[in-house]
Amino acid sequence: MINMNNISKQFGDLVVLKDISLQVEQGKVVVIIGPSGSGKTTLLRCLNVLEQPEEGSITIDQQTLKFSEKVSKKEIREFRRQTGMVFQTYNLFPHFTAVENVMEGPITVQKVAKAKAREKAVDILTKVGLHEKMEVYPYQLSGGQQQRVGIARAMAIDPKVMLFDEPTSALDPELVGEVLQVMKKLAAEGRTMVVVTHEMSFAKEVADEVLFMDNGMIVERGEPSVLFEHPKEERTKQFLKLIKQ
Amino acid sequence: MFLLSSFLSSEDMTILQDSFLPLLKGVLSYTIPLTLISFAIGLILAITTALFRISGIKVLSGIARVYVSIIRGTPLLVQLFIVFYGLGNLGVEALKFEPFVGAIIAFSLNTGAYASETIRASILSIEKGQWEASSSIGMSYLQSLRRVILPQATRVSIPPLSNSFIGLVKETSLASTILVSEMFRKAQEIVATTYTPLLVYVEAGAIYWVICFLLSVLQGKIEKRMNRYVKT
Repeated sequence: MINMNNISKQFGDLVVLKDISLQVEQGKVVVIIGPSGSGKTTLLRCLNVLEQPEEGSITIDQQTLKFSEKVSKKEIREFRRQTGMVFQTYNLFPHFTAVENVMEGPITVQKVAKAKAREKAVDILTKVGLHEKMEVYPYQLSGGQQQRVGIARAMAIDPKVMLFDEPTSALDPELVGEVLQVMKKLAAEGRTMVVVTHEMSFAKEVADEVLFMDNGMIVERGEPSVLFEHPKEERTKQFLKLIKQ
Repeated sequence: MFLLSSFLSSEDMTILQDSFLPLLKGVLSYTIPLTLISFAIGLILAITTALFRISGIKVLSGIARVYVSIIRGTPLLVQLFIVFYGLGNLGVEALKFEPFVGAIIAFSLNTGAYASETIRASILSIEKGQWEASSSIGMSYLQSLRRVILPQATRVSIPPLSNSFIGLVKETSLASTILVSEMFRKAQEIVATTYTPLLVYVEAGAIYWVICFLLSVLQGKIEKRMNRYVKT
């Protein structure tokens, strides 16, 4: 489903991603962990082309972007529609109600008729447990509810892959569960997901594969049971020890 | 009226009353149309200029900068005189404007420059995450602007734009200098026959104040509506 080849990205002189390659099969959940500044968020943002790598290529399903060549805005836009992005700070549209947030992609981008878009948005919001909150503005929702709207908005464009950028990091601890639960539900449905998170229990329970990143490289990867219990690399061991404390 | 008549002479009262209709006519046929039309054109200019400024395209942002710099760096009165007397004197038929049209050109250009800075600041005040979220669901630059950024920027820009609007109502009095029969020119004409400058100019001032007061009430209503989606 996803094929990242030799992706490199730098901000000015700072190299953030060094020659990264990554494959994700359809229906798999990949969790990326690592210390801050390791490049994990940048990697995820490259998949959504919110950051444009200098080198390498990304294929999602049938579509490929080669970054060594000039990529047009239109190509990026079309490529982007294959991924749904969930942000750490939700980034909901504050001037739209919950249901309008979810309808926005289908209406404006996919030119779906309003009534149809609404029907679909209602379905998705019901799925994330927010059917009673459809007509309220984001400020009237708790963080966990806002993030679930964020997930619903990303799902509304029928992406082939869902991307999560630390979706629970900005939440109060008691609200983390409701968001993780929705994510587990999506995983159980067989959605392809790439998740950057600090929630190790989620990784252990849901991930098919865990990647440990440090210094812009994938240091180690493997099934969660193996990577968490028997890490090979010294840096992985150190990191896991630190977060256990 | 009763209160006024207790310390004004009956001649003064007659002058006040007689001048009210002509002044009101000046307001309705010139002051208000001049303000509304100039502000509408000015807003279009302002949005375009603001978008030029933030476009990241050097030629466009250069044009915007020069425009804003010239308009902000010269007095409105000078701009009015250049448009009406200056251009009118070139001998080119197309540049000879009616006073009303000349005033609209000058006021629109002036409003456009000042308001563009307001709008630019409002657009820049919207979080980067809003651009990213709209891109992430596949929107183009223009779609993001139209659906996500500008609606939010509008909310932010209502108070400063109301300032500009209210300012413009009063600035239209400068059009009296290029022969537009707006309210202040009417007042001058009345004074020329009655020789009661204090009385009539205070009356004109009072009418400006009433208009501006009504506008600030309107501003409050618009702000309230715009704020429906923010925590207060």
